[in-house]
Amino acid sequence: MEVRRFEHGSRVPGWDREVDLSKDPSQVPDPATTPVPEDVRAEIEAHMAKYPDSRSATLPALAAVQRHHGWCSPEAIEQAACVMRLTPGYLTAVATFYDMFDTEPVGRHRVYVCTNISCSLRGADELYARVKELTDGDADFAVKRFECLGACDIAPMASVDGTYVGPLALSDVEELLDDVRNDRDPLPRKQLRYRPSAGATTPDDHTEGTA
Amino acid sequence: MSELLLFRDIDEPGLNTIDVYRRRGGYDDLRKALAMPREAVLNELLASGLRGRGGAGFAMGKKVSFLPKGAMDVYLCCNADESEPGTFKDREIMQKNPHMLIEGIIIAAYAAGANKAFIYIRGEYRLQADILDAAVAEAEAAGYLGDAILGSEHDLSLVVHRGAGAYICGEETALLDSLEGKRGNPRLKPPFPANQGLYQGPTLINNVETLATVPSIIRMGGDEYAKIGTETSTGTKLVSISGHVKRPGNYEIELGIPSREIIYGLAGGPPDGREVKLWFPGGSSAPVLTKDDLDLPYDFDTLAKAGSMLGSGAIIVVDDSTSVVDVAYKTAYFYRHESCGKCTPCREGTNWTVKMLERIKAGEATPMDLDIMASVCTNIIGNCLCVLGDAMAMPIGSMVAKFRDEFEAYIEERRAAAWATTEEPEPELAIIQGAVA
Ligand SMILES: Cc1cc2nc3c(=O)[nH]c(=O)nc-3n(C[C@H](O)[C@H](O)[C@H](O)COP(=O)(O)O)c2cc1C
Ligand code: SF4
Ligand code: FES
Repeated sequence: MEVRRFEHGSRVPGWDREVDLSKDPSQVPDPATTPVPEDVRAEIEAHMAKYPDSRSATLPALAAVQRHHGWCSPEAIEQAACVMRLTPGYLTAVATFYDMFDTEPVGRHRVYVCTNISCSLRGADELYARVKELTDGDADFAVKRFECLGACDIAPMASVDGTYVGPLALSDVEELLDDVRNDRDPLPRKQLRYRPSAGATTPDDHTEGTA
Repeated sequence: MSELLLFRDIDEPGLNTIDVYRRRGGYDDLRKALAMPREAVLNELLASGLRGRGGAGFAMGKKVSFLPKGAMDVYLCCNADESEPGTFKDREIMQKNPHMLIEGIIIAAYAAGANKAFIYIRGEYRLQADILDAAVAEAEAAGYLGDAILGSEHDLSLVVHRGAGAYICGEETALLDSLEGKRGNPRLKPPFPANQGLYQGPTLINNVETLATVPSIIRMGGDEYAKIGTETSTGTKLVSISGHVKRPGNYEIELGIPSREIIYGLAGGPPDGREVKLWFPGGSSAPVLTKDDLDLPYDFDTLAKAGSMLGSGAIIVVDDSTSVVDVAYKTAYFYRHESCGKCTPCREGTNWTVKMLERIKAGEATPMDLDIMASVCTNIIGNCLCVLGDAMAMPIGSMVAKFRDEFEAYIEERRAAAWATTEEPEPELAIIQGAVA
């Protein structure tokens, strides 16, 4: 994924984004004035109950509101903060640390193309370019280059709405995106979940492995 | 190798369910362990010589023995963040044999006196986390988790905790902060997690593969397990091999076999007509080795002696079709992205290294930049809170040291090409550096 850098190469957006100093810092949201969808509240509370310290549910809570709202919008963060009794500022600080939380609006289909070492040795940069090209202008897609996704055995690969597919040839991209656009299971013949372990079979059994 | 321990019947359909797992003897080792006193279980772990499979290779039994005895809550965290580039072995265990990991966690928690356990799994592993969730529910229903496990005095709860995309959360103290619901910044050590870890309590942190090996140790006995492998690198190890090889994937090997056997024998070596140029023996944080090192036995001490490390057991092979500069660039780029930003040498050093490599690629660098890059690396090593900075500096340093000629030739070539296409006089920076004749 591209590291976003702001003025002077800083990674901290605060440096070039104006702040409304006429407002007080946000407080823990008031439940009376912060409506939270019932299923979201129930999910967050279930997570909070699993840990000795309820604050441990921060990541699952952010994941829950992101799923509901599509991204970690100010409203989403507000709702998580309300249920967890934390400030929105605290949750925003956490959300911006992690690559899987989006603090800007994004398309509903998240495609992470791995461009780390092993994948790039097998053509990941070209793959990323192709995916970018074929989704250009399509607001439904959020295509990111990502660091190693832990599936270098199927390099070059991508995670499509959480499903791992690879090895992807450039000629697979069109079919893959077509599946996604039509809400079908993405490219089942190349999904990691169906792949046998290399070390469980004899070398002669392997025919694929290269894109 | 006599038998597979971690990958036995790994592709058996339904192995991820408790029924199939039990049918092939699953949870018998837990029964055996719970019938032994805690100390006896710990002694088996010590005798096995099992070293951590997550990166540092620290003896697991010893780590367990460091936990203070007392009344406070002890925690166990299974590190399933698996984000070291090139590593994908834990994924295969969790996806295909989650109960082996859960059984290992229960036994290790018993030895450590821990009553609360967590699996911190990287958020991208959604399929594997779903499978683990289902397996934990099955284990709870069967009475392997919860209070008074199998009628013993051992209680254990187990929660699968999903991360959200940050390599640094694999570092053990960053993992703890992340699990506590914070940004994943590493903590200053000491105190070590064994004394003050999760929620300030004593905490045992081990990698997935380390914990998944525990049932085998109980079954075989520590002494018997220690006979596999070499004297100081006992047992079998999952190796993730990727990059320029014909058959990338996970293989279970006996520690100490020649590296060539893994790269060529198991993975089939590079494509026909190509040869190995360099390889990372233990993930991208390991200094690179070359084709001259292919006969090194693959074990912790040999690789350390060769100036690199076994790390997570991830071999990335690069053949002679690829420029070392591109590999260095991808490596540095990764660490820049993943630096948590807490320490200046790491945050700035990784950024500078990427910029320098970009200059090299753009034809704006001189060989002197290689020395600057090397000095950046030297200034990172040992000067940071955690070893993420070192993990960039060491492989980059090794690439510059071992392939300096190629770097210099590349720099010259790109410079010539850049000058040929521009009407500008030579870059100002180069003059300032005095490197232009
Ligand atoms: C930057 C960094 C990233 C790490 N990532 C992981 C990881 O993804 N998985 C892992 O098991 N250990 C990782 N480690 C090593 C852990 O800090 C720790 O040593 C390990 O989990 C201990 O388990 P073990 O003794 O069983 O290997 C990482 C270390 C560092 C410094
Ligand atoms: S060395 Fe880098 S990643 Fe580690 S704590 Fe410092 S800044 Fe963060
Ligand atoms: S480098 Fe792409 S999944 Fe590891």
